[in-house]
Amino acid sequence: MVELRFDEAKCEQCEGVNCLVRCKHLNLDVDTAREEMRKIINGQHSFVLDRCVTCYACEEYCPFGNHPFYLIVERQEQEGMLLAPRAITNQWINLCEPVGRYSVGKIQERALSLCYIPAFTDLVGGKLFEDVAASFFIGPEFFCNVVYLHFARASVIRERLPKVVENIAALGMKEVIFLHDECYGSFKSLAPAYGIPVPFKVTHYFEYLYDRLKQLSGQLKPLNMKVAYQRPCSSRLIPETDHYVDDIFSLLGVERVNRTYDRQNALCCSAIVRLNMGPEGRDMANDNQSKNIEDMLQAGVEHCVFNCPYCYMALSEKVAAKGVKPIHMIELCRLALGEEPAKGVMGYGRYQ
Amino acid sequence: MADISSALTEIVGKGYVSQQAQERYFYSQDPGLMQPHEPDYVVLPASADEVQRVVKLANEQKIPVVPRGGGLSLTGLAIPQRGGILVDMRRMDRILEVNERARYAVVEGGTSEGRIIAYLERHHPTLRHSIPDAPPQATLVGNAAIHGQGRLAQQYGFTSDMVTGLEVVLPTGELCKIGSCSMSPYWFSKGPPLPDMSGLFLGWIGTSGIITKIGFKLYPRKKLRDVETFVTDLPDLIPDIVFKLTHLEMVEDINIWFQPLPLMFKGNHHMDIYLTGDTDEELEFKRRMVWNALSEYIEAKDGGFMWLMPDVKPTFMEMPQKSIARFADVRKGGGFQYAGPIILVEKYPDCARKTEELGSKYKLGYSVMARMIGRGHCMMFGFAFTFNRANSDEMDRVRKALDEAIEFSLEHGGLPWKPTVDEQRAAMDMMDPNTLKLFGKLRKALDPNGIMNPGNWEVS
Ligand SMILES: Cc1cc2nc3c(=O)[nH]c(=O)nc-3n(C[C@H](O)[C@H](O)[C@H](O)COP(=O)(O)OP(=O)(O)OC[C@H]3O[C@@H](n4cnc5c(N)ncnc54)[C@H](O)[C@@H]3O)c2cc1C
Repeated sequence: MVELRFDEAKCEQCEGVNCLVRCKHLNLDVDTAREEMRKIINGQHSFVLDRCVTCYACEEYCPFGNHPFYLIVERQEQEGMLLAPRAITNQWINLCEPVGRYSVGKIQERALSLCYIPAFTDLVGGKLFEDVAASFFIGPEFFCNVVYLHFARASVIRERLPKVVENIAALGMKEVIFLHDECYGSFKSLAPAYGIPVPFKVTHYFEYLYDRLKQLSGQLKPLNMKVAYQRPCSSRLIPETDHYVDDIFSLLGVERVNRTYDRQNALCCSAIVRLNMGPEGRDMANDNQSKNIEDMLQAGVEHCVFNCPYCYMALSEKVAAKGVKPIHMIELCRLALGEEPAKGVMGYGRYQ
Repeated sequence: MADISSALTEIVGKGYVSQQAQERYFYSQDPGLMQPHEPDYVVLPASADEVQRVVKLANEQKIPVVPRGGGLSLTGLAIPQRGGILVDMRRMDRILEVNERARYAVVEGGTSEGRIIAYLERHHPTLRHSIPDAPPQATLVGNAAIHGQGRLAQQYGFTSDMVTGLEVVLPTGELCKIGSCSMSPYWFSKGPPLPDMSGLFLGWIGTSGIITKIGFKLYPRKKLRDVETFVTDLPDLIPDIVFKLTHLEMVEDINIWFQPLPLMFKGNHHMDIYLTGDTDEELEFKRRMVWNALSEYIEAKDGGFMWLMPDVKPTFMEMPQKSIARFADVRKGGGFQYAGPIILVEKYPDCARKTEELGSKYKLGYSVMARMIGRGHCMMFGFAFTFNRANSDEMDRVRKALDEAIEFSLEHGGLPWKPTVDEQRAAMDMMDPNTLKLFGKLRKALDPNGIMNPGNWEVS
């Protein structure tokens, strides 16, 4: 099984211990943060392991790209911690066990990864995807497994990821466009952190959308919308992709409002917090969600743009109930192209 | 017997009697495992008067009479074991009255669940009845005649507990009213404060008469409804969890299910806890109470609430639950049967383990589905197995597994629900002899010629 490559020396040099000091859920001063981080590195118990809500933010706060979050998760598992109740943890592990329930389209040089999220199939239509829509794959065999970071089960990732990379590579494409930050993050950031070679080009769908929109720019009708963007936790694994949100919005004539809970200060959708913890986790999740939606309302937006399907599933009905229409990034682009919105679970058609 | 046929035609009209082979074949079976047996005649009466005349004729001629609703009770209860006249009640499907303030309705004896659901939704959106998860063509009388349980069973008990009056054609042909309707224009009570005679018909699977009208309670239908699914891998905790949940007096329905496939469900027991409210605040308050009640299990990491995403939630919210019918056809060829004893909730862990054991012993796809009845007074524990009707070996294995399941549950103090003929015999063998004697006397008094659904509950 592959091992995490974590560089202790980099951590020793660090002055700010940003990973823990900036954490929204810990509220630590530098000295305590350093002490706790040292304990974590040395394999001793730290309260940080208990209080971590697995929001991935420390991964982004680390100035050295040293993967503190992956280390925390490794340690949680070494201590045999259960973040979610056992039954829920097993349910998720079993959900994505590869058992031959996958589907592969007509693979070309470039392929689309729909992860193991059937709701994506509704979204990848129209002009944006006309050249690649048929070249897709979906199923647990190709599932990135990053979600197990939320369950302190990095071992599942370490065990499954090499085979997943192999399965994808065996399809024979040169480049894969990933529609989910977690997938992109796992092949761009997590696989290298575990020393797993990735023999295909890893492209984020934002980059793909941006290029495609430029090609179709003559057909774009500016949307003139003020929107809130719901930045997902997994975007913290790949902060270098966030600028595409602004780039795409400017092509579409959309304003990403300045609000408290965006960019590095984004609030996680809290689906996992609700899943993992008891009533106080539920209250925390409700509280986070209310604060987030209130923040959107104060910014005067009509739409909330989602990137991650799970954020969408956790928040879409709640934002809609407050009069803010949820829309996935792909649907937003299709709207600017004057295309019919999708009707499925993540389709904008449900809210028109 | 051309004269019987023409006498029946005389009663119900030409298009509503049949001796045709295809109709006799159709009515000889149900979707379960019981051996088929053909009726000699099939009739579809349109009124209580027609039912009365059919029964009088049968009684004179000593011909068996078997009433049938949707024919979906699965254990052969509407299969005419001794032939005779099969009375398909489904032409008698009128909704006769809804008393909104007293919250009851009166319908004819062949009215389907689907019709009642649609009618209430359209005309009385603040009222609901207890909907079982049977396909919508099942009839309400069929459900009451077998002591079925619907979505409100946890709050208000068996469907038969919700009955507010009956009109019955006795085996000797008299038309008889039971409950408040016997002396008042109102159908609000099946007995009290009078001596309650509804017990002579409810749960008697058509062996004591044909129900031509039924009154039943309606309940408030809140504007909002939601479900939370609590999941644990420790079946031994279930009785305690149910006790805590029912103590809240806030939960609509509680269903527990356990099945090995798809893989994500393996090893876990899922408790669907339904909640209702008129406002978000009311619903949220109840959700919070439920979470708080179960917090100790979550903190111990022994159980937690599953995330029901928007793409799966509608399946959980359906009434009736189509997923049960889908499970019924999982092996293709549409075979499905469950033994569903009514048993104490404390027996859940033993019954769940027994289901697993039977599944592996007989190499069968299995599923457990348990519905709480009353505030945990008891539950219906369904040992369910699927089969392909074209595979006789598989059907045989299912029969054996179900026999063992029933034997096991009787040993554990349970009672057979909608028992097959064999299970009825086993139950009568275990019954207190004086109880059995009384049962025999009542049967004889009501049905001196033994014409009503013979083969069932026969006290020798
Ligand atoms: C997929 C599936 C899910 C199910 N889920 C549930 C559930 O959640 N809860 C539940 O309780 N059941 C359930 N059932 C079992 C059954 O279908 C229901 O109980 C249903 O309500 C029975 O009604 P029916 O009209 O089909 O009855 P039938 O099978 O037609 O009749 C049942 C019995 O009542 C007698 N009878 C019928 N009409 C009359 C009458 N007018 N007068 C006197 N006797 C009469 C019949 O002779 C027979 O003995 C399920 C079945 C299936 C296939």
